Amino acid sequence: MAKTKNNTLKLDFKMEYAPAPESKSSAKINSKYDLFINGKFEKPDSKKYFDAINPATEEKISTVAEANNNDVNKAVKAARNAYEKVWSKMPAKERAKYIFRIARMIQERARELAIIETMDGGKPIRESRDIDVPLAANHFFYYAGWADKLQYAFPNKKIESLGVAGQIIPWNFPLLMAAWKIAPALATGNTVVLKPAETTPLTALKLAEIIQESDLPPGVVNIITGAGATGAAIVNHPDINKIAFTGSTDVGKIIQRATAGTNKKVTLELGGKAANIIFDDAPLDQAVEGVINGIFFNQGHVCCAGSRLFVQESVYKIVLQKLKDRLETLIVADPLDKNTDIGAINSKQQMDNIHKYLKIGLAEGAEIYQTHCNLPKKGFFMKPTLFTNVAQSSRIVQEEIFGPVLTIQTFRTDDEVIEKANNTPYGLSAGVWTDKGSKIFNLTTKMRAGVIWANTFNKFDPTSPFGGYKESGFGREGGLHGLSAYLK
Amino acid sequence: MVAINSNYNIPDFSLSPRIDQVGVEERAKRFTARSIKTTSKVNGLKLVLNMIDLTTLEGKDTEGKVKQLCYKAQHLHDAYEGLPTVAAICVYPSMVKIAKQALGNSGVKIAAVATAFPSGQAPRDVKIRDTKFAVDNGADEIDMVISRGKFLEGDYNFVFDEIAAIKEACGNARLKVILETGELVTYDKVRRASDIAMYAGADFIKTSTGKIQPAATMPVTLVMLEAIRDFYYKTGKMIAMKPAGGISKAKAALHYLVMVQETLGSAWMSNHWFRFGASSLANDVLMQLVKEKTGVYQSGNYFSID
Repeated sequence: MAKTKNNTLKLDFKMEYAPAPESKSSAKINSKYDLFINGKFEKPDSKKYFDAINPATEEKISTVAEANNNDVNKAVKAARNAYEKVWSKMPAKERAKYIFRIARMIQERARELAIIETMDGGKPIRESRDIDVPLAANHFFYYAGWADKLQYAFPNKKIESLGVAGQIIPWNFPLLMAAWKIAPALATGNTVVLKPAETTPLTALKLAEIIQESDLPPGVVNIITGAGATGAAIVNHPDINKIAFTGSTDVGKIIQRATAGTNKKVTLELGGKAANIIFDDAPLDQAVEGVINGIFFNQGHVCCAGSRLFVQESVYKIVLQKLKDRLETLIVADPLDKNTDIGAINSKQQMDNIHKYLKIGLAEGAEIYQTHCNLPKKGFFMKPTLFTNVAQSSRIVQEEIFGPVLTIQTFRTDDEVIEKANNTPYGLSAGVWTDKGSKIFNLTTKMRAGVIWANTFNKFDPTSPFGGYKESGFGREGGLHGLSAYLK
Repeated sequence: MVAINSNYNIPDFSLSPRIDQVGVEERAKRFTARSIKTTSKVNGLKLVLNMIDLTTLEGKDTEGKVKQLCYKAQHLHDAYEGLPTVAAICVYPSMVKIAKQALGNSGVKIAAVATAFPSGQAPRDVKIRDTKFAVDNGADEIDMVISRGKFLEGDYNFVFDEIAAIKEACGNARLKVILETGELVTYDKVRRASDIAMYAGADFIKTSTGKIQPAATMPVTLVMLEAIRDFYYKTGKMIAMKPAGGISKAKAALHYLVMVQETLGSAWMSNHWFRFGASSLANDVLMQLVKEKTGVYQSGNYFSID
């Protein structure tokens, strides 16, 4: 007779890894940062500065200027001037040289950028070192290559740039999102006013230093810092031709309203609540690994995170056991430690928001499972969390939590899971795990999501377009699609 | 069929779980990103030494060679106090008797490769006699090879029955089943062969003979560790693991330990449950240990070659 004992592994880490922190010495962070306008760092007209906090220590690591309407005016004017007089007239192959130079300089300073990204945003150094920074450089390289080949990218089309692009980026991938926005805009001959998120401005300001050193003509890229009001001033500025925004769906809707009836072109990349689907014929150990990467990458602060797991009922028990075992091996610790898997939650505000959803989940009767790891005493840290016993009707299944929280549902048939996966206002990404190629193709044609990963998750490449359906936004970034968003 | 298997249903091995090549290789690579420093490094390196099956498997093996190897097994580097011995020495059956004398009651085990190692191309009764000969001469462990030809023909019952028969011939000796993963090629087949071996009564599953390239790799070992985990979930029985061949650097060995720890947990972190089959690994580990103590690397001439 088969025994079905409930055997549990003891993943208790008797062999602890000694601390292996990345040294901060190679990262230079100024005590104060001004606004980068017209090739120079300028004091803000507002005379106001706000603090940049390291979420892992809750310590202040710098102060950053807050741009008001006048500062935004100045930045847009500089961008317009540079567009009219220099950048739009420059031969494309010359433009490309500057973009290549920026890409190389990002690579040269990769270590410093990775450390600052981790200190400012809380993501583990392993991720900023191996993913964020190399990908950011790759985006510049990729689009630099297209700059003088646009005729071939879009045959039979008159290539015309838009003008000044206002770009507003989020706090989850600060440097990478800056690269996603700036590189295609420059390659197509536009100039840029970019605002990084108020909780993570430092790598964008480091990028401003790189741009300054690269001798890019003044005003082609302007980087100004501030919170929502600064963003609103950019969105509402009459002399901006294009708004590119990545962030929450709520703010996306505000931008959509504000730009309605204007001549501004808009692309929005907003929230998500991706389905990650495991069929019973899937390679389960690899699927579990993919689910872990899908939801706990960057503490779950990923718009395309696989936050809704669907498991076919016949393998539900074993998948759940494997997930819990894997969860126990995740190291939640100092983000600068090379062994850290999960770093700090980006801000106090986001931490409170995630805790709100944990409470909602418990009130809805969901079963919670959290790892037994110790959390650092200081800083915004959270245990990776699983919720079972949930339904499509649960709020934690419907709403974007943007944290290390996974909900797990079961399904019986292909049609059922397709229906449930599509039954959401979002449509940014999805994942499917099966050994059967035909099932993958059947599913991907029926799922309404911008990116669908098969037997992998959270893979990014500059050549591949990225963007959403429904409330996840519109427009695509990356690949040729990303170029066309900056052309008339 | 032997009594060992009567406790659980024997599954249809053609339905063994499938392995995604890209996924398992990515996961294996992730373990190498763990940074092992200071005290964890020293403890890890000592554990590695204690998990080594110090091996000589050559046609030209002699009593003299085996005696010297047995001395080395007990005296890895006497200049460094407090070092463990290796777990076992691994020799041909003809050398078991001499090894037994040389090792005495040192606690170092004797593993013998039997069953017409390395090809396994011999009739079953020859393999059984080979095994019994080694056990009668004092082998604590038997390293058998599976019939890869039969496995690739799809004759899983043959492979299963043969392992079960050798297990019976082992008596109290622990049985290591060598899959020779370099000849099975795909991860799917490695997984299937692991399942057959465990259900047929293996105490250990082992990657390679060391005679075929590629020998042990991290992804192959991971596939086998995951098979062990699934078997444990199902039956409650722990199976030991031995990657063999190709692991010659201390750093690589530490990565393997990380992989065992994070896949199976600390219960497997001893030489009863995990071994390295290696001949040159020990000296690199010793070199690293001395470096951790003194801060400088010594040349290879300061470490004995036996």
